[in-house]
Amino acid sequence: MDGQAMNEGYARRPRVGLFVTCLVDLMRPSVGFAAARLIEAAGCEVVVPAEQTCCGQPAYNSGDSASARTLALQTMTAFDGLDYVVAPSGSCAAMLKLHYPRLMAGDAEAEARARAFAERVHELSSFLVDVRGMTAVPGSFEGRVTYHDGCSGLRELKVRAQPRRLLSAVPGLELVEMAGTGTCCGFGGLFAVKFPAISDAMVTAKCASAAAVEPDLLLAGDLGCLLNVAGKLSREGSAIRCRHFAEVLAGELDAPPIGAEREGGTP
Amino acid sequence: MTNPATFDAAVAAALADEPLQRALADVPAGFVAGRRRARAELPGFERLRRTARDVRDHTLAHLDLYLEAFEANATGAGSKVHWASNGEDARRIILDICHNANARIVTKSKSMVSEEIELRGHLENASLDVVETDLGEYLVQIRNERPSHIIAPAIHLRVSDVADAFRVQHPHLPADRDLATPEAMIAEAREVLREKFLTADVGITGANFLVAETGSAIVVTNEGNADLTMSLPKVHIVLTSIDKVVPTFADAWPLLRLLARSATGQALSAYTTIVTGPRRQDDGEGPEACHIVILDNGRTELLASDLRPVLRCIRCGACMNHCPVYCSIGGHAYGSVYPGPIGAVLSPALAGPGATAHLAEASTFCGRCEEVCPVEIPLVSMLRKWRGRDFSRLSADQASRRRRALLRAWAFLAARPRAYRITARLCARVLAALGGSRGRLRRAPFASAWTRYRDLPAPQGRTFQELWARREQLDRTDQP
Repeated sequence: MDGQAMNEGYARRPRVGLFVTCLVDLMRPSVGFAAARLIEAAGCEVVVPAEQTCCGQPAYNSGDSASARTLALQTMTAFDGLDYVVAPSGSCAAMLKLHYPRLMAGDAEAEARARAFAERVHELSSFLVDVRGMTAVPGSFEGRVTYHDGCSGLRELKVRAQPRRLLSAVPGLELVEMAGTGTCCGFGGLFAVKFPAISDAMVTAKCASAAAVEPDLLLAGDLGCLLNVAGKLSREGSAIRCRHFAEVLAGELDAPPIGAEREGGTP
Repeated sequence: MTNPATFDAAVAAALADEPLQRALADVPAGFVAGRRRARAELPGFERLRRTARDVRDHTLAHLDLYLEAFEANATGAGSKVHWASNGEDARRIILDICHNANARIVTKSKSMVSEEIELRGHLENASLDVVETDLGEYLVQIRNERPSHIIAPAIHLRVSDVADAFRVQHPHLPADRDLATPEAMIAEAREVLREKFLTADVGITGANFLVAETGSAIVVTNEGNADLTMSLPKVHIVLTSIDKVVPTFADAWPLLRLLARSATGQALSAYTTIVTGPRRQDDGEGPEACHIVILDNGRTELLASDLRPVLRCIRCGACMNHCPVYCSIGGHAYGSVYPGPIGAVLSPALAGPGATAHLAEASTFCGRCEEVCPVEIPLVSMLRKWRGRDFSRLSADQASRRRRALLRAWAFLAARPRAYRITARLCARVLAALGGSRGRLRRAPFASAWTRYRDLPAPQGRTFQELWARREQLDRTDQP
């Protein structure tokens, strides 16, 4: 924990707005609760603004800048007055941090606002390690784990060491690196449905890389990648399970892995 | 030229083409590993990228100045400079030069600009005997194909494909000759090409760079074929484009230091040739005339647009070598002269946006291309700009119109948090119910493109927002 954070700790706990992401909100709330638990464990208060929906990336990457701008302004307003904005997704965090200012280019006031907003935005593992200096985590896990680097987090936000450092602090967890951890899984947002065959070739290669190191569990920091990889692994009948890294770090393992059958359900 | 429907068909064919898939599987071990090694061995590689970018940006900002300086100095060195605003101009100029030289046989080294203007076919239609002298390009020529990669034109071929093509193309050689090894094939190609080198009337090369201060062209190859192409015939034609100019030799070095390292992992290509005008009085050999044809073909429009950074490109091919989409489908599926990420940005500008803007869709925006680009072209942003132009276009195919309508409906909802929350709750419940105890959907009519290849993990059934709100409420009632 750096000096400033220590001082803040004495005065009051930093208030962190959890940008939960539309996919986590809809598909896997347990990731949101895990993220909240970790942020609290890092000595912060978690706030979840109800007026958040989606960061606007699908519109932005489809060339619909007008819609993306509307959603960017809505998101920035929802998180006004909070010390930090943290997202359990490299992709959404990169949108908020790097692309909002670009999206507002040409409107000096909005651009300045987006820049100030961007300063406060962090991807979850980067926030825990780089901002809060977290070294111990609540969770534990017995087994072999491999980690897939999501493209935006890795290349746009340089998130690579942070999740690994936190995973190495999980008692019982053995991290095994697959070949091409940073190669795209083929999700790419709407790409997966616009070019399903190419996407399939990419996710098939990713699953083969993962299978080669024989993990029990595949982790990643983006639910988009995880839905894609988990969906492919389950279609292939693989025994490899998938979770968001926050679930393992926080010890939130009650929910079945992504795409896995519920307790007591038929396999 | 492609449209979305032909692209999808080409993708399907490429993915089902096992020999192609095996050839593409070698790209990571070859080019990608080569670049990684070369980068590790050169301290300051990243700094050099920034220098290279700055050289290109400076030159592009003063392109008129440097092109005029190039013309003046090239003319002073005895070359004749021709300006071609489009492919038709360039083809006419080159055909006139060939006719004036009474040419019958034309040798050619590899040039993507010549592919861009489909020069070979045009010269062949005018009854010239045109021979590609780069081995890969020669293979592509005799198989009547197009290059599938900008530096490795025949990367899609296997050794056996080459042997088959040689047996068909070289009927004058014994039918039972041994063509089992690459060495045997290279020896045969050398034999065949040597005769062409020695009898050619005109030699056409490209140029990797034009140096304004001296009016020189820099040409790099690994086979030395460009040297024989330019020095043996009596007329040498350099076919190039306006974006290739650099101010001085000192400016060309950082680009040359990055070019081969980014392309193949070599420190420098086997041959780097600087050609400044035709044979001088004291020269023992060399062409009697040197013509330099400089093509625009849409580049000045790019220069004036927000896509200008794409003109920094030095044609190393690193973006395609590192692209998971290119490595899945190969170059031919793109249907454009330039494939891969750079091709998706450049091709619509050269061919007209109606034809190939859809290539910008075929990217996950994973960003590996711009991570390895030696001149730091922001390829993802450039692709996004094409998507933006495409999005605002009125005429689009039905599938894009439907996607656009869906996207607008979704954006409308996402901009209304209350309605969005209610809809999300509903969707979470319906999808969870459809997933049942399996926790996943094997088929979903509304997402058939997804479930054709993989399961759709089912949601947990409640949205985070509603669960969090409930927790907050419980916390409040718990407190005294």
